[in-house]
Amino acid sequence: MNAFLLQYLPILVFLAVAVVLGALFIVGAWALAPKHPDPEKISAYECGFNAFEDARMKFDVRFYLVAILFIIFDLEVAFLFPWAVSLMKLPHATGLFAFWSMLGFLGVLTVGFIYEWKKGALEWE
Amino acid sequence: MGDIQDFWGTPVGWTLITLGEVLLVVVGVLISLAFLLLADRKIWAGVQMRKGPNTVGAFGLLQSFADFIKFLMKEIVIPAGADRTVFLLAPLVSFVLAFIGWAVIPFAPGWVVSNINVGILYLLAMSSLGVYGIIMGGWASNSKYPFLGSLRSAAQMVSYEVSIGFIIVTVILLTGSMNLQTIVEHQSGGFWNWNVLGGGLEKNWPMAFVMVPMMVMFFISALAETNRPPFDLPEAESELVAGYQVEYSSTPYLLFMIGEYSNIVLMCAMISILFFGGWQAPFPTPFLAGWAPILASLFGLVWFAIKIVFWFFMFAMIKAIVPRYRYDQLMRLGWKIFLPTSLVAVAVVAGWRIFTSV
Repeated sequence: MNAFLLQYLPILVFLAVAVVLGALFIVGAWALAPKHPDPEKISAYECGFNAFEDARMKFDVRFYLVAILFIIFDLEVAFLFPWAVSLMKLPHATGLFAFWSMLGFLGVLTVGFIYEWKKGALEWE
Repeated sequence: MGDIQDFWGTPVGWTLITLGEVLLVVVGVLISLAFLLLADRKIWAGVQMRKGPNTVGAFGLLQSFADFIKFLMKEIVIPAGADRTVFLLAPLVSFVLAFIGWAVIPFAPGWVVSNINVGILYLLAMSSLGVYGIIMGGWASNSKYPFLGSLRSAAQMVSYEVSIGFIIVTVILLTGSMNLQTIVEHQSGGFWNWNVLGGGLEKNWPMAFVMVPMMVMFFISALAETNRPPFDLPEAESELVAGYQVEYSSTPYLLFMIGEYSNIVLMCAMISILFFGGWQAPFPTPFLAGWAPILASLFGLVWFAIKIVFWFFMFAMIKAIVPRYRYDQLMRLGWKIFLPTSLVAVAVVAGWRIFTSV
């Protein structure tokens, strides 16, 4: 168990190095560059106009739909990963069973996918 | 000698070695990125019959370093309505997530910072998390163009993530492992054993009819995933100015840009590893057994670099010659064409593997 977790330790070191490097970049510019903010410079860019309203406005519900669809299919992929690794390591009869059961699972999701498609959740006119 | 051996075995020695390895990878990747960025601009210029950057250093070779100094000397402008913490955190997140993917990439036999057994899953997770940097940047700017750009960008990355996942599953089915080193070793013995041609084992060659389209789809999805032309809608300069980067200046902008290019090169590395044998030479290499291990590793590194540069060249050429997609076309391609096709491909490859293994 300990040796298994130790494999991941270099990733933590890598993470620390990357964070330090990125922070150094920002601190470097903050230390070296001039700082002369004025109201015109720090106003939000809107093609030369003053901003009309708050920019955090309502957005199209289809972005939300895409996010939900993504969760479903990415979970499906997460299920497929361990299945794909172990499929050929199983005895043949068990492997066949694993194959057909995953095909059933994919079939169920495909039915849902076809429903989404027919409902027009994937349309962006 | 014994003392030294003992020292490297202690936690302090181990940390020093790991730190050295990590710095080697980070600095190596950063310097390669500087020249690849220049190559990108040069190729783009060449296609348009321009000269491209040619003043700083011979043939403009030092252009990226001059740009770096210029970025460093510019003022960090933080818009009045922005959330300052998130605004500065967003480029950092993009940069860090784009870089830690390199921790599991095998550069040569045995040359990998962290040889974890779920390497490919880790890469997929890191590229999924990349969406956060963009969403944070777009939201924190409190400006309309960044907000719209980041929404588009997130939806686009998320859409193509799914088909990339399915395509990776087909590769795992052929290889039977998620460890990147194992995936590469599985493709040894010449280009006819590469996953793009069915992953060797002689009897698997009909899988080339599935894996070649999968490779092409992976490449196109990689373009969309990294917001590269022809899918650079978040940055569509004619409508959204520069997408989520509009309000950024100086090094925060630079971090976004390095993150983007690091992701692109990481995708090139992933295509090379998954489909084109990573550090394997395209011919059988029995003569390597007689070489010193360090020379054999360098031999592998050279092949890996050649493959990455080739795929980066393809990225650059596509940027230069392909017109931009419309947003509805982009979403249709991702959800209605790539997703069903890769789903069927997973079933076909799994069926082939299970029914030919009797």
